[in-house]
Amino acid sequence: MGKLSQIELNMLKAIADLHKIPEGAYNIRADGVSAGRNSTEHIEIVSKTDKQGIDIIVKPGTKNESVHIPVIISKTGYEELVYNDFFIGEDCDVVIIAGCGIHNSGCNTSKHDGVHTFHVGKNSRVKYVEKHYGEGEGTGERIMNPQTVIHLEEGAYMEMDTTQIRGIDSTKRETVVDAGPGAEIVVLEKLMTHDRQSAVSDMTIHLNGDDSRGRVISRSVAQGESTQVFHPNMEGNARCFGHVQCDTIIMGDAKVSSIPAITANHVDAQLIHEAAIGRIAGDQLLKLMTLGLSPEEAEERILAGFLK
Amino acid sequence: MLEIKGLSYHVSDDAGDKDILSDVDLEIKDGAFVVVTGPNGGGKTTLAKAVMGLVQPTAGSILFDGTELMGKSVTERARLGVCYGFQQPPRFKGLQVTELLSIAAGKKLSANECCAYLTKVGLCTEDYLDREIDASLSGGEVKRIEIASLLARNAKLMIFDEPEAGIDLWSFVRLTQTFESLHKRSDSTIIVISHQERIIRLADEVVLVAGGRVTARGSFDEVMPLMDAEDMTCALKEA
Repeated sequence: MGKLSQIELNMLKAIADLHKIPEGAYNIRADGVSAGRNSTEHIEIVSKTDKQGIDIIVKPGTKNESVHIPVIISKTGYEELVYNDFFIGEDCDVVIIAGCGIHNSGCNTSKHDGVHTFHVGKNSRVKYVEKHYGEGEGTGERIMNPQTVIHLEEGAYMEMDTTQIRGIDSTKRETVVDAGPGAEIVVLEKLMTHDRQSAVSDMTIHLNGDDSRGRVISRSVAQGESTQVFHPNMEGNARCFGHVQCDTIIMGDAKVSSIPAITANHVDAQLIHEAAIGRIAGDQLLKLMTLGLSPEEAEERILAGFLK
Repeated sequence: MLEIKGLSYHVSDDAGDKDILSDVDLEIKDGAFVVVTGPNGGGKTTLAKAVMGLVQPTAGSILFDGTELMGKSVTERARLGVCYGFQQPPRFKGLQVTELLSIAAGKKLSANECCAYLTKVGLCTEDYLDREIDASLSGGEVKRIEIASLLARNAKLMIFDEPEAGIDLWSFVRLTQTFESLHKRSDSTIIVISHQERIIRLADEVVLVAGGRVTARGSFDEVMPLMDAEDMTCALKEA
């Protein structure tokens, strides 16, 4: 990572908590080119030949290993569409840390559209952590449109922990999951918008196999004049269990639409959804103020906890 | 020293005018353990909240160690050493028990330090350290975490508003022991709003509040006959 600038290093810290070269497999993409790559005995990273992106191939039986694939953009006006495909063999247990940071100091739009497709083999466990972050004093927009497609084979488990920290002017997120027999998907989505930003998150989870399970926990904070639209749909096509929960704290002049949906195409599909939008409760602020925090500090702690 | 002088809280709404507090005078010495009791709706919680700054009285003065609290914010009062435990504490999605206790203490507490506070309120600590203070906790659990937050705060003036409410019998016994030990080992002034005889018996002084006024003060034995009256509300009003 020696050739990265301080700005790029700061973004790597923000999106992937990377202070140094990570252990295990990694691929760091900076302004469209590789700034470092490492494959391991069990995890191979190869460039695609027909389009932008990489294939990450995890051999069957790989346990307790991690893959870091952060993307950073610091060139104003740079736009890219990247395809990353993950092939996770059977009986694996791996952590994948992705994330994208855009530093835009100019007046042109910087944009990263990422399409991540996961093929998770039988009885494998994957934890996928993804953070999106924008910064920079420029007037150019910072845009990210992540698309995530997840195929879970029998008995597979995947936890997708996706966070948009700050600074993304516009995002349209699409997530599609299909879960086979006994497979389980957990999606934790945390999102903060401020100023005039907009965020749209569409999610469809197809519970196709008997005893498959799906859980979506979406928490967001909408500040300023930002807008958010959530549309998670849990579809039960077999004997399955699905739960969708959307919670939003609304502030200022923000506008939020939360539309959780459940669709049952099988008599043994058990599906639940719940959604709530509200401002920070006054008694929460007062409680923290009785412990010595200022109103601003109290608000900050409440929001940090909510989005943790 | 807490000196409350001529404190009144007058409200007007569609139902008419009402004095929630009327010309309340009360002095509480440093290090004292005072129990405030009296009928529901008599003004006890409003009095306590007025000291913390959670309600704004319409007249009077609240001096704490010679500093006028009227006009000061909740945060300023907290930083001067006042702390109040809510009768119905709020829940927080995402805020863990250890975080709340650390905020209360004003520093990051270790797991062992958090455990010590939770044990004092009868919570099996291993299970609670990383729990969020959300709807998954029962009312009694939230209440005990609230009390633990005051213990962690260790303020000069600690006000507990019906700490026994929603707490099971076993935990209640533990709670009274905690108050007893707190009073013995700490220099803090402790004010507890309570209806429970076992807690009232711990007090150096019992203060009866009814109809928005302090209607009696004294030892347990002096005040207890009023508490035993068949119609306590009437008896207190006549006192």
